[in-house]
Amino acid sequence: MKKLLFVLVLTFALVLTACGGAPVEEAPVEEAPAEEAPAQEAPAEEMPSEEAPVEEMAEAFKVAVIMPSSTTDLAFSQSMFDALLAIQEEMGGEAAMEIAYSEGMFKVDDAAAAIRDYAAEGFNLVIAHGSQYGSSLQEIAPDFPETSFAWGTTLNTFSEEGINNVFAYEANSQEGGYVNGVIAASLSEAGVIGVVGPIEAGDASLYVKGFVAGAEAVNADVTVNINWIGSFSDVALAAEAANTHVAAGADVLTGTAQMVVGAVGVAEASGVLWFGTQSSQTSLAADVVVANQVYDWTVALDEMIALIKEGTYGGTAYTITLDNGGIVMDYNGAYDLPADVKAAADAAVEGIKDGSIVIPVE
Amino acid sequence: MNPELVIVGVLTSGIRLATPYLYAAIGETFGQRSGVLNLGVDGQMLLGAFAAFYVAFTTGNLWLGLLAAIIVGALMGLAMAFVTVNLQAVQGISGIGFYLFGLGMSELLFKMMLGTVETVKGFPIVSIPFLGDIPFVGKIFFQQNIMVYGAFLLVPLAWFILNKTTLGLKIRAVGENPEAADSLGVSVARIRYFTIILGGILSGLAGASMSIALLNVFQQNMTSGLGFIAVALVYFGAWRAWGVLAGALLFSFVNSIQLWMQVLNVPIPSEIAVMLPYILTIIVLVLTVSRVRPPSALTKPFDRGD
Repeated sequence: MKKLLFVLVLTFALVLTACGGAPVEEAPVEEAPAEEAPAQEAPAEEMPSEEAPVEEMAEAFKVAVIMPSSTTDLAFSQSMFDALLAIQEEMGGEAAMEIAYSEGMFKVDDAAAAIRDYAAEGFNLVIAHGSQYGSSLQEIAPDFPETSFAWGTTLNTFSEEGINNVFAYEANSQEGGYVNGVIAASLSEAGVIGVVGPIEAGDASLYVKGFVAGAEAVNADVTVNINWIGSFSDVALAAEAANTHVAAGADVLTGTAQMVVGAVGVAEASGVLWFGTQSSQTSLAADVVVANQVYDWTVALDEMIALIKEGTYGGTAYTITLDNGGIVMDYNGAYDLPADVKAAADAAVEGIKDGSIVIPVE
Repeated sequence: MNPELVIVGVLTSGIRLATPYLYAAIGETFGQRSGVLNLGVDGQMLLGAFAAFYVAFTTGNLWLGLLAAIIVGALMGLAMAFVTVNLQAVQGISGIGFYLFGLGMSELLFKMMLGTVETVKGFPIVSIPFLGDIPFVGKIFFQQNIMVYGAFLLVPLAWFILNKTTLGLKIRAVGENPEAADSLGVSVARIRYFTIILGGILSGLAGASMSIALLNVFQQNMTSGLGFIAVALVYFGAWRAWGVLAGALLFSFVNSIQLWMQVLNVPIPSEIAVMLPYILTIIVLVLTVSRVRPPSALTKPFDRGD
């Protein structure tokens, strides 16, 4: 009996690992194999989550962010954290704006508790950075009408449900994906490109659709092999997926979500080119990274903060795009990009901005 | 696509994927054969992976990195041994505790000491003279990095120690009937300390095989539950080194096959492809567990009663 029970536990652990990530929207959910969030069990050292409020000034604007992975994931979570730091700098440092964060919140229950705590502590803006946090937010937001919440990536502000203190934000990741695809197909000599993705949904799915469209616009015969590894955290499988692409003849790779660091390592070791998204991954492999689509959420955040200061706490949805400067193409200066390819990329950017290029994403 | 290319690709990928599982699962096999279930493997791996990466990153010396993983693994094993042997704590729960400690501690150290994801130049591929030149087979088996060779050499070594040496006999005796072993003058505590520390060292090496040989990066929770699959592989392998090897290879090959199926555009949904290795593992696990008996004293603390 005992033995059977143990097998069940193990099976459970396996299933959890297998299905990690869950069918949420783009959400970089991390897997928690032996369910027990570190935040609950572990002593203080486990999670340096909330930064101690530095010299609290009465008028400081207080922002809290809850994110699924870490502030330094070179991907989704970092893009938001970097934007907050930029705004803080712009506003005049810690005296003007206070940032608190909870990272590694892959368990939605923990995230919900954190959201509620921050709201209760009187933060002006509480950002739930992950589409899996939506239903929690819908429950919590009405209890704190004086607090503004932001939720991404989505376009749903719950205004139809009568909630008016939630902002929404989303990225048109297919736009930078398209530009990356144009450059990738121009540089690929083999005509074979590999993509490493987490789960075919949300932001990742948009990025890959854009990438394929961009690549095919340059070279109709290009082969884009796509691997969905079913996980936002399995670095080893992401690396092996990249190895598989290289073995199948790809000389250019791209990928999205935070587990791709494994794939970037493989790209560097195999000397194949890499295209990043969400945050700049150039620092990871300066020899092979050509370009990155970088999310700059400051565009959306600036407007939210301005509205909050005027007394409007939600109701608006923001989409960052190439056109509004929320999506930025970031080129690796150390990579010598041929002028005609750069020109094609710039043309693609312009085409997307003026609407002459329409990316089919369904 | 050229079928030979695909087959070579599947097999080389499978061999690489199996490497960390082998270190961790062989280590776990020693522990379980002596009657100790260690569920902290994943945490030990994470700390080992971080230690190896950090030392290799700062000193540029991969061997020092490996040594760091061994030391960290041994310390984690020592702590686990103290808790389960001396304090006689419930093994399953304390193992989970060690897992969480390793997970959180490796994250904290990563934040404090590295801050962001970095890369190292890991162990290079070493082509074995002559064998590496054999067409087909050479590319699959004999053009890998040193940590891969180590993992596969570990299997016959573990088999030999467990089945052909006095030490192995003592380990098995302690795991089957600690009272009898004790009455014959075998120190149950000492044997268990040995196997748990050895398990810790091998888990540390499993982590190092990822962070400085196969992936050459460290990221928080980079094992993502791999250590738990290693524990399952011990059951799968019926507590035998060769069985563990078979399980690790089966799991890894199915995983690399699913990666290739997606690349080759085999028309099945990626979600199904990704589930394949797990489904297969669960099926085989259920089939084998109903036939094979685990070590009788597994998870039972031993009290001399003196």
